[in-house]
Amino acid sequence: MLRDITIGQYFPGNSVIHRLDPRFKIVITVLFIVMLFTGDSIICLSAGAVFTFMAIFFSKIKLKMFVKSVKPLVPFLLITAVLNLILVNSGEILWRWKFIKITDEGLNISIFMIIRIILLIMGTSLLTYTTSPITLTDAIERLLSPLKKLRFPVHELAMMMSIALRFIPTLIEETDKIISAQKARGAEIDSGSFKNRARNLISILVPLFVSAFRRADELATAMECRCYNGGDGRTRLRQLKSAPRDYIALAVTILFLAASIAMGILFK
Amino acid sequence: MAILETQELTYTYSVGTPFEKTAVDHVDLAIEEGEMIGVMGHTGSGKSTLIQHFNGLLKPTSGKILLDGKDIWEDKSKIRDVRFQVGLVFQYPEYQIFEETVYKDIAFGPKNMGLDDAEIKRRVLETAHDIGLSEELMERSPFELSGGQKRRVAIAGVMAMQPKVLILDEPTAGLDPAGRDKILEHIKAYHRRTKNTILIVSHSMEDIASFADKILVMSNSKLFCYDETVKVFARSKEISEIGLDVPQITKVFEKLKDRGLDFGKDVYTVEYAKNLLLKKLRGGTANC
Repeated sequence: MLRDITIGQYFPGNSVIHRLDPRFKIVITVLFIVMLFTGDSIICLSAGAVFTFMAIFFSKIKLKMFVKSVKPLVPFLLITAVLNLILVNSGEILWRWKFIKITDEGLNISIFMIIRIILLIMGTSLLTYTTSPITLTDAIERLLSPLKKLRFPVHELAMMMSIALRFIPTLIEETDKIISAQKARGAEIDSGSFKNRARNLISILVPLFVSAFRRADELATAMECRCYNGGDGRTRLRQLKSAPRDYIALAVTILFLAASIAMGILFK
Repeated sequence: MAILETQELTYTYSVGTPFEKTAVDHVDLAIEEGEMIGVMGHTGSGKSTLIQHFNGLLKPTSGKILLDGKDIWEDKSKIRDVRFQVGLVFQYPEYQIFEETVYKDIAFGPKNMGLDDAEIKRRVLETAHDIGLSEELMERSPFELSGGQKRRVAIAGVMAMQPKVLILDEPTAGLDPAGRDKILEHIKAYHRRTKNTILIVSHSMEDIASFADKILVMSNSKLFCYDETVKVFARSKEISEIGLDVPQITKVFEKLKDRGLDFGKDVYTVEYAKNLLLKKLRGGTANC
């Protein structure tokens, strides 16, 4: 059940994508998002689509995992599509019923939005699938380090992020356990009336909060025991080093971005 | 007839992902009513997964679980009733406590069964007595209690449903020796009074030897053996090969046997060993 959540999950591997410098991967992902949002027609998205599937192919992670990452957002996708279908009124009318009319432009836009969101989820999933949370926060800390001059607490932010990421699986496991324990006492959590379910939610939330606070306390003590006192003067265990392949990957991304923009201009 | 039976029970985690793992592999078991059973196995041997099948928390990938001869998954909507008949106490159960008072927390299970208030009250007080919680504690907040008391509140929460089969996953883990003995004593007393079937997962061979009629050993996702306590501990060599242990006192008597002092019996509790030795000493040299 909860075990099947794939957001933020990392699949260890040794593909080209896995080995890319995480700083470059973040920059590439940002460029990828720009790529998806510059074009406003389906043709422009084809560059993004080719880019996504190429990256997925190189990552050697099964396509099934990416389908799984899109799954929880299907209701959201449907709502977006339906709203676009109904609310876009320009263009030729294809079908009408009372005050609802569906136009060819509306249909175009909703298909376009669905593809764009799916590509967005798949592409960004690829980042977390192939980068361990620890290296990811390391990279974020490095990328944001210029902000230190503005007294922005970059290290603290990165530390909070790594702790939060580190505890997602732990808390999921914990929730799973508490749910099982309460189910063993006959609590109706995924069945029964809405009122019952809402009441039984308390039996899960209270122990979960208690344990989260306990864990936070223990972690703070453990960190102090190891003399943690913030980021000043800390050296790092993993030095991030860029290799030629990182620059090649970046160049390829920029090429795709340019192609996407060019197609947008050509097929206006 | 066996109260709890498994047929070819198999369970695989995360099917279709790189993390796929078979945790329980073709387990055939028949547990008779009224027995007290010790469950042992290495961490990751599949014992925790196995016991979560007994009350329908996990659905087998293949195979069947029969309760009183009926497949528990035959009617999916009845699975809650199975949970009332097979009570499961998880490891560190005190982390599931959530109510404002001890009384309310113990009453959570019986309440979910839809019992009336008088019956709930009777059961809560009876169970509290069984597990050694005094009546003054009933209106206290469970979060103020000591670790051992919290543990007993959590166990009482499952016991109060009066399940036919009670399963406890390491009920004494992380407690001091006094707390450990207390909990085991109370569980034994509960067993004597109700004659219900009880399964206890434990890593302490001494504990298992002190209560178990039978022992179930899991190793590498498979059922290694399920037999009477004496017979299982007699296979000490195989037991240690799969990384488990027999009670220390049994090892002492095996060493004695190797040195030519054979008592002709399998010893697995200190109490029994004491009697055996005293008898030997008194019988052998009367002047001593």
